[in-house]
Amino acid sequence: MGARVVVTGLGVITPLGQSKDQLWTSLCNGKSGVSRITAFDTTDHEVLIAGEVKDFEPGKWFDKKLERRLDRFAQFALASSILAVEDSGIDFDKTDRNKAGAIIGTGIGGILEIEAQHTVLLQKGPSRVSPFMIPKLMANAAPAHIAIKFGIHAANFSVITACASGAHAIVEAVRVIQKGEANVMIAGGTEATISSLCVSAFNNMKALSTRNDNPHSASRPFDKDRDGFVISEGAGIIILEELEMAKKRNAYIYAEVLGFAMSDDAYHIAAPHPNGEGAYVAMKNALKESKLNPEQISYINAHATSTPMGDEVEVDTIKRVFDGNIKNLSISSTKSMLGHSLGAAGGIETAICALIIDNNVMPPTINYETPDPNCNGVDFVPNEAKEKKIQNVMSNSFGFGGHNVSIVLGKFR
Amino acid sequence: MSTEEQTLEERVREIIIKQVGGNNEQVTNETSFVNDLGADSLDTVELVMEFEDAFDMNIPDEDAEKIQTVGDAIKYIKEHIQK
Repeated sequence: MGARVVVTGLGVITPLGQSKDQLWTSLCNGKSGVSRITAFDTTDHEVLIAGEVKDFEPGKWFDKKLERRLDRFAQFALASSILAVEDSGIDFDKTDRNKAGAIIGTGIGGILEIEAQHTVLLQKGPSRVSPFMIPKLMANAAPAHIAIKFGIHAANFSVITACASGAHAIVEAVRVIQKGEANVMIAGGTEATISSLCVSAFNNMKALSTRNDNPHSASRPFDKDRDGFVISEGAGIIILEELEMAKKRNAYIYAEVLGFAMSDDAYHIAAPHPNGEGAYVAMKNALKESKLNPEQISYINAHATSTPMGDEVEVDTIKRVFDGNIKNLSISSTKSMLGHSLGAAGGIETAICALIIDNNVMPPTINYETPDPNCNGVDFVPNEAKEKKIQNVMSNSFGFGGHNVSIVLGKFR
Repeated sequence: MSTEEQTLEERVREIIIKQVGGNNEQVTNETSFVNDLGADSLDTVELVMEFEDAFDMNIPDEDAEKIQTVGDAIKYIKEHIQK
């Protein structure tokens, strides 16, 4: 163990709002951010719905020149970072820039730029492929541009673990602070993959919901009739800060990072371990590191993406980890409202967990209509937000590759 | 796209402003892409590609290196454009 690490700033760009307040209000009202795809022509596509970030205005955040140099995933990351830094009140002119860094996760990186330039290659030939393609598509463009924006020189890299990327990034950032290498880290996840190519590929894996006629009800974690996840996009970035520095500058503290753990299923590249072996290790060790007993966790923000198998395995595994102590436990999946933003999800959901601790309100799992006998027995906060005195929460993130991350946040005391 | 009335100079200036920045007042014939508009090496590569596209011409690398100002670009394109 090293320094204590607290969350002092939140920045989000999501289908349900491009600020923490907008997102929080939407979540507490059980709104859905899923709608018909407008990002590309869906002719011949089987999946017509997604959680798009509508009305994102790059011009609000960057000048024209920078905008052209950033793929959408990096635009989301940089915009969210600006929001998070603003929210934290940190002035980098008054802090040691050599002790501030950024670690950002993304599942895929700049796939939109790859697709665009591949089209240029086919239509106009090799001499027309943009010299900006590589610095635009590379996953590490996101943290790199954050470093440039704020002039911060400490640890800076990307983490790529599919849908666990954002959570892994946060864990790594916490460790950098614990080791004393930095006292402020900008961390989280970002993703922008709503493209013809990606939606086709995910759909051909049979991973996506095809409930096109009713987009709002398509993402239905834990419900008996769930049929796959809804792809979405966005970014969730938090400011992690060494406690003493946060206290010294009278920062608002949303929550403290009490512990975390990581693991791998070592089973299949794109399917969860049927007994949740890896997820079990992550949750169990996260509790141990947090020095908490299961009954001290009031809420879990589940990974639950609305796939038939994933949700069931996660609920079973939670029950096993909590060994019967689930009377006071509530679990919800905010993906029921936001869809699944892949590498951004861990960042967005950690930010949501900080807001849950701060507000003592749990956003619901919407579209919960028919209990699934194979995925039941826990309070899923069905359809309506609920007030509850919250002390400690857990956020789960699992990704293709069998990667698992559990992060425990607690009220700062 | 450009209108019939737009002169070659205007088109060149428009492309430069779009790709590298600046505005009509700032961008004179003496304006240097690197020194005045803050272009980096990738900007200049992309700018030359835009000229090639817009004027349907091929600008070899050794020529591209010599195009450093707005005036250089206008002069080069005028001399090499296909009649």
